[in-house]
Amino acid sequence: MGTAPSLGHWLHLDWVLVVMAGWLVLSVAGVLALRRLELVAHLLFPIGGLLGLALFGVALDAMLDTPEVAVLPLGLPGLPFHLRLDSLSAYFLMVIGGASAGISAFAAGYFRKGEGTPPGLMCLEYHVFLASMVGVILADDAYAFMVMWETMALSSFFLVTANHRVPEVRSAGYLYITMARIGAIAILLCFGVLQANTGDYTFANMRAQELGPFWASIGFLLALFGFGAKAGVLPLHVWLPEAHPAAPSPVSALMSGVMLNTAIYGLLRVSYDLLHLRLWWWGGLLLAVGLATALFGVVFASIQTDMKRLLAYSSIENMGLLFVGMGLTLIFSSFDMLPMAALSLTATLYHVASHACFKSLLFLSTGCVLHATSERNLGKLGGLIRGMPWVGWLTLFGVLASAGLPPLGGFVSEWLLLQSFLFAPGLPLPLLTMLIPVVAALIALVSALAGYTMVKFFGVIFLGQPREDKLAHAHDAGLWERVGMVWLAIGCVLLGLLPTLFIQIIDPVTQRLVGSGLGTRVAASGWLLAPNSVAQASYGPIIFLLGILGSLALAFGVVRLLYHGRMRRSLPWACGFPWGTARMQDTAEGFGQPIRQIFEPFFVMQRELPTPFDARPRYRVVVEDHFWRWVYVPIMDLSAYLARLASLMQQGRISVYLMYSFLTLVVTLLVVMR
Amino acid sequence: MTWTGLLSQLLEIVIAVALAPLLSGWVNQWRAWLQNRSAPSLLQPYRMLHKLFNKDSVLADNASPLFRTAPYVVFGCMVLACAIIPTLSTDLPLAPAADAIALVGLFALARVFISLAAMDIGTAFGSMGARREMLIGFLAEPALLMVLFSASLISQATSLTTIVETLARREFTIYPGFALAGVAFTMVALAENARVPVDNPATHLELTMIHEALILEYSGRHLALIEWAASLKLFAYSCVGLALFLPWGVAQAQAPVAMLLALPVLLAKLAAGGFLLALLETLNAKMRIFRVPEYLGTAFLLSVIGLLVHLLLAH
Repeated sequence: MGTAPSLGHWLHLDWVLVVMAGWLVLSVAGVLALRRLELVAHLLFPIGGLLGLALFGVALDAMLDTPEVAVLPLGLPGLPFHLRLDSLSAYFLMVIGGASAGISAFAAGYFRKGEGTPPGLMCLEYHVFLASMVGVILADDAYAFMVMWETMALSSFFLVTANHRVPEVRSAGYLYITMARIGAIAILLCFGVLQANTGDYTFANMRAQELGPFWASIGFLLALFGFGAKAGVLPLHVWLPEAHPAAPSPVSALMSGVMLNTAIYGLLRVSYDLLHLRLWWWGGLLLAVGLATALFGVVFASIQTDMKRLLAYSSIENMGLLFVGMGLTLIFSSFDMLPMAALSLTATLYHVASHACFKSLLFLSTGCVLHATSERNLGKLGGLIRGMPWVGWLTLFGVLASAGLPPLGGFVSEWLLLQSFLFAPGLPLPLLTMLIPVVAALIALVSALAGYTMVKFFGVIFLGQPREDKLAHAHDAGLWERVGMVWLAIGCVLLGLLPTLFIQIIDPVTQRLVGSGLGTRVAASGWLLAPNSVAQASYGPIIFLLGILGSLALAFGVVRLLYHGRMRRSLPWACGFPWGTARMQDTAEGFGQPIRQIFEPFFVMQRELPTPFDARPRYRVVVEDHFWRWVYVPIMDLSAYLARLASLMQQGRISVYLMYSFLTLVVTLLVVMR
Repeated sequence: MTWTGLLSQLLEIVIAVALAPLLSGWVNQWRAWLQNRSAPSLLQPYRMLHKLFNKDSVLADNASPLFRTAPYVVFGCMVLACAIIPTLSTDLPLAPAADAIALVGLFALARVFISLAAMDIGTAFGSMGARREMLIGFLAEPALLMVLFSASLISQATSLTTIVETLARREFTIYPGFALAGVAFTMVALAENARVPVDNPATHLELTMIHEALILEYSGRHLALIEWAASLKLFAYSCVGLALFLPWGVAQAQAPVAMLLALPVLLAKLAAGGFLLALLETLNAKMRIFRVPEYLGTAFLLSVIGLLVHLLLAH
């Protein structure tokens, strides 16, 4: 890593602001070139990608430096924007920059003519969205934070509803914006608690306040609710599987891979930077919520038949895992077990980066599939690896990383997380000590189920025979799309192979937040990842990969040398049944069937089974989750009831309204005169 | 890295790769005897492999490159798995590359690849086999991890060599938690190696087979590699079981003489283990596929309870 002088006299923060301004300029340029697709796609989006790359570099360079602050004279008089760049924000900026570079490159080849919103408008919303995410990370007072947070929600709302002529997309968008509003209110209230009646809403003031346990807990719970709504944790998850799939694929990638991380950032910022207290039950609550979310997400992901919904549920699962990691960190740091807290925090932050890589990659791949086939339904796909080898093989990296398999990125964070569970028995509370192995077991179950889901995702889309005739003509991704996907796939691979290097990058963040880090510990063991000592636990992904590749190559060579490499092509074996068709393959529903059976209490299921005498037999199964009926339907009923009560007043006649005004005046006068 | 370490590492890989089919042959022989059949020769698996390697590979018309790579990947995974499990000595240069968690990940990697390959052709058997294999996998994997965690809690390490060293050094005491883990491990090992009561390695009955359905499309050298990998997996699981529950006789670091002693001990333990496996398979009947989640769920719960009991008694 270089040092500050390599960037001239400017601070890192200035460069980040330049990137932000660049994105805003691009968005204005997009409006000017509203319908000129060529210009927008092949000039503006690639420049946006390069800016993302620049942000990645600047943020990487800024990790080690001391916090930089700035005050921008924007906004209301007397309320300027305070900005601050420390290692925590630098880390999240790095993730945003890295992932958005790939996604923007992909978007350059993705948007086509005649798809909903004009390209220039997409460009505007897209780049405002990116800039507002950077703003959220940089904000150092509640006012700037809320402005950026709301800009982020609004711009992503418009991106989600890009295809607004479809009624489902509209309702998904409204659900999304409603949940975003509710979350934002909780965050605002949280800041209100944190400023402790001083009236000063800068984060610097909040850091200085020493709240008692009661108010600190209130603030934490509000933050958990607000940021949890953005991350889609139980039971605030309902918008996520609707909104993420509704958006165009690069936007889905940006929302799932990048935007969700801002919620993680917010929660880390509030609980480790702004609050001084750390109570163990906060961690326990995070752990429980995260675990329920992870299990719920993965079980629902495995039964989905829409590929983008499947990925959206998988995002819910990953957010759950991140919450588990944060909860564990809180528990450890509340008992002052700092090295352990550093371990689980490293696992969490590592997972943020690897989730950003693989989830963006997978969403981009669904975009390619969607363009090539105009199908999102898994039941109508299949065999695409033959027509779309680039997309197929690149997706395989994302799938393996998402399934948490070694030697890719997802495994490292899982490994670190399980390590921190394993050495938890030193906790002073027996109850926690007992519960933590159970949590570890469930985490193992979740990651194994993620493997199941990913096999289903990849197998049904890319392998097997095409389930529809038109799939035979599916075309591969274009050059821009390939560039974006290759960039993200490289991210998945490097995160898997070079954990020690990446943990040293994370080190300043854990040092800042919990006062301890893994950096020196892993640096001592060279290429091996060993958080404590090699004798205790170690993982060497490069040796691991070389071991597999070496024995693979040896087997290949020996077989060729001693025997032969002859091969024939022939029809597949069908037990002598010659009438087999592509429709007889296992379907996505079929693949989900064992899960539906095992986890039956999780679902509300409606089945329509044909009888033997049906002329047109029809099979249908609709699966919903309980939370609609448990939480949302009562709230909706209540608000409908209140609205009906209010409607009693609304007579629609002007005389009645005049009477209301008259009565109000009389009452006001009575109150005032008294 | 010492020369003894290098030697023991090489010896372990060679012995695993060379002897794994023998273990399968031994189990098959005992199975036949216990079922009152005349047994095939002990060397039958080798003849089988030789025959398959000599044959042409027949690929389905629409097979993608994934289908052809998968057997090699699975074989490579299993060789690495055998290399990192301390069977003869705990002085293994490759062992730090993967601990207990990575070992479970390694098995999962192989499983995912073979399942994807099975779905590649798009026949009903392949995808059904893949689904069932993944079903068994997602229940067995956490159970296996929990069994390994019980051992890790005793030794305060997830490194396999440290686990074996710690377990071998202590006096013989039966940890109640560890006994439960042993039961769970046996159940998982049966399921993961496609053995009765979960799957039958000798069946080709369409409705019941799992592993055989997965590899139905394979032939020639690809099939040979998969069969070899399957026997390596059995070998690896047996060695994990022996390492966890009967760790005595494994040579500690830097003791070349002990390694010479370790080999016959290992062979004796494997022979006994193979006989027990054949016995278990003969005494049990295969269960319906619908009961498998229940069976594996029991194994999972047993392993978690084992972990909890261990923690309770430690306090």
